[in-house]
Amino acid sequence: MTNPETHSNYVSYLDYQGKHKGIWAWLMSTDHKRIGLMYLSGIILFFLAGMTLGFLMRTEMLTHGKTIMDAQTYNAIFTLHGVIMIFLVIIPGIPAAFGNFFLPIQIGAKDVSFPRLNLFSFWLYMIGGILALSSLFLKGGPIDTGWTFYVPYSLRTNSNVSIALLAAFILGFSSILTGLNFVTTIHRLRAPGMGFFKMPLFIWALYSTAWIQIIATPVIGITIVLVIIERLLSIGIFDPALGGDPILFQHLFWIYSHPAVYIMILPAMGVVSEIIPTFTKRDIFGYKAIAFSSLAIAFIGYFVWAHHMFSSGMSDLSRMIFSLFTFLVAIPSGVKVFNWVATMYKGSIEPKVPFLFVMMFIFLFSIGGLTGLVLGSLSTNIHVHGTYFVVAHFHYVMFGGTVMIMFAALHYWFPKMFGKMYDEKRAKIAIAFIFVGFNMLYFTMFILGYMGMPRRYWDFLPEFQLGQTIATIGSYIMITGFLILIHNLAKALFKGKKAEQNPWGGSTLEWTIPSPPPIENFEEIPVITHGPYYFPSAKEAK
Amino acid sequence: MKTAIIEKVNFSKENDHTEIHQEHVHRDDMGAKIGMWLFLLTELLLFGGLFILYMAYRFQYSSSFILAARELNVGIGALNTIILLTSSLTMALAIVAIQKNKKILSMILISATIIFALLFMVNKYFEWSAKIGHGLYPNSPTLLDKEKGEIIFFGLYYTMTGLHGLHVIIGVTLLAVMLVSLKKNNTRSDKYVRLENAGLYWHLVDLIWIFLFPLFYLIH
Repeated sequence: MTNPETHSNYVSYLDYQGKHKGIWAWLMSTDHKRIGLMYLSGIILFFLAGMTLGFLMRTEMLTHGKTIMDAQTYNAIFTLHGVIMIFLVIIPGIPAAFGNFFLPIQIGAKDVSFPRLNLFSFWLYMIGGILALSSLFLKGGPIDTGWTFYVPYSLRTNSNVSIALLAAFILGFSSILTGLNFVTTIHRLRAPGMGFFKMPLFIWALYSTAWIQIIATPVIGITIVLVIIERLLSIGIFDPALGGDPILFQHLFWIYSHPAVYIMILPAMGVVSEIIPTFTKRDIFGYKAIAFSSLAIAFIGYFVWAHHMFSSGMSDLSRMIFSLFTFLVAIPSGVKVFNWVATMYKGSIEPKVPFLFVMMFIFLFSIGGLTGLVLGSLSTNIHVHGTYFVVAHFHYVMFGGTVMIMFAALHYWFPKMFGKMYDEKRAKIAIAFIFVGFNMLYFTMFILGYMGMPRRYWDFLPEFQLGQTIATIGSYIMITGFLILIHNLAKALFKGKKAEQNPWGGSTLEWTIPSPPPIENFEEIPVITHGPYYFPSAKEAK
Repeated sequence: MKTAIIEKVNFSKENDHTEIHQEHVHRDDMGAKIGMWLFLLTELLLFGGLFILYMAYRFQYSSSFILAARELNVGIGALNTIILLTSSLTMALAIVAIQKNKKILSMILISATIIFALLFMVNKYFEWSAKIGHGLYPNSPTLLDKEKGEIIFFGLYYTMTGLHGLHVIIGVTLLAVMLVSLKKNNTRSDKYVRLENAGLYWHLVDLIWIFLFPLFYLIH
């Protein structure tokens, strides 16, 4: 392959001067790496905004009664926290930022199939983000429906629901275009010799995700359009006063929003499958099982949506069927977890920062997954439906799962993306804070939920005081951790030491090109002769 | 088809200015078509959500749906079906024409497609105005007096035909762009995947109407 000396005279994508100058050199760039970085900066900004809203919510729940805000403001804040974190952070998080950056590189291509469409997707993301934020400040007031926009309340409230929904529609369109771009790229632009079973598992995960984006997102698109039309023209389709059926809205909403959960988690699982071989220097255990389990999760994920509606009114038979399918999702998820652990067995493990994130992920995601089974079975679901238990479960899988891996990916690929190294020790301190704070916050919420604390309530009964206090203190510890982490990365960006081409000893294609990558990734398109996780030196050492 | 033809195209304009890499971006017609088919799939699913709603409400309010469907004019609906089917034919012929390097003929056929599309919209306009003239529009007093099933029927009617109409307008815009592209020789006998994709889109618009027509006008 290539060696570092041959790259002494290259222009990195960060320094490249195109025909546009200044900020336009970024905003008009069709380079997948620049687009990925732009997504990344947008996502981190929105993450900080969402985190601030979470901070305000937890502070409000510190004491019984009013602490810092009134009930209506609380409604608006939890709605926005949900909308921002889901539509602007978690869904685009890994696929749009890291997928854009590394998909072409990992398959040995110079760019995605449709570079201009890719830029268009990013523009749509920005427009959607700006619209979502503007719904905060425009006349009518911030939305107060919860991120699920359930009718009929979302038809009746005077807050800016239509603007927020339009934002969600535009973000969905952006997500669809990214998805179809990725599927086409993976089918058409793999380097010679790279069969489907020689692709890195991150690519398999992105492939499954992209299919869900294509197939599920249009359904939420039309649902959103219908709610907007309903609000403007009263066509009656979801309005019970005019003969419409609100339950149908819930079905259509969850037909997208449940598969969307897998849009969120699958890419994270892909990143885990990248990080574990690199830091254990072993070929992944059960490559095909992991690859197919991604497809299986994507497939089964379509037939479980109504488990969000167990208490909405459905026949017992359909509830049992949906419950059964929900349990089936645990099988491919379990396949992945066992394969990851098996990969570590007898590996030479280096507990570097990305690997610590992965360990945290496996721990948190397993708790989240197991409590998912509690929610998936009908009798226990009725007991904890609509309580903090659901909130805690959701945060364990989505925050402990996807967001932690988003940061793992950031720490794994940071040297490659920017050519700089961060301070490992500081990052490890941040991880310790995050881990302790996270569990204090959300594990307490499991207990509170089990005791009967309902979600989305502005006030609570005196017996929940202790739990609420612990949770809030936990949230402060966690936020401290994230601030340390982001400060550490920001410092590395400006003052970090220069990173080598392959600081972790990874074996996928991105580690064969310089850091930061040159404008067209590869001087010569590589020819692939072996699988993605190939560590001949580690084998010899044994 | 003609995959992997190495040719200088404006696929990624920036690269043309690069001093370092003078290599040409390769053109991938098959890739472009895969992308279009995936996009059409999302369009089908978008309408799919509406068809599911139609099915659910038809099941719930079957007698009101039959009653409400009598208000629609089968004649105009049938005429529009014929117009759209013919436009699909001219569209397909336009692609054959450019494959045989008959640029002018292809442009005439695309113009014919556009004219049929506009005729469709004119008919739609008269049809909708007649309904609105009879007081049948969302939230109108006349409609609110009727059974709930009929309110839903007209809600669906306006939404689905409206959304379809919007797609016709988008299609016309695409075809107009293709006319310019043909005129400037950006689309020609050895490079017509864009016209094929525009054609695919147009056939989808036609196809959706083929389902809308019987669902609203014919089932009694």
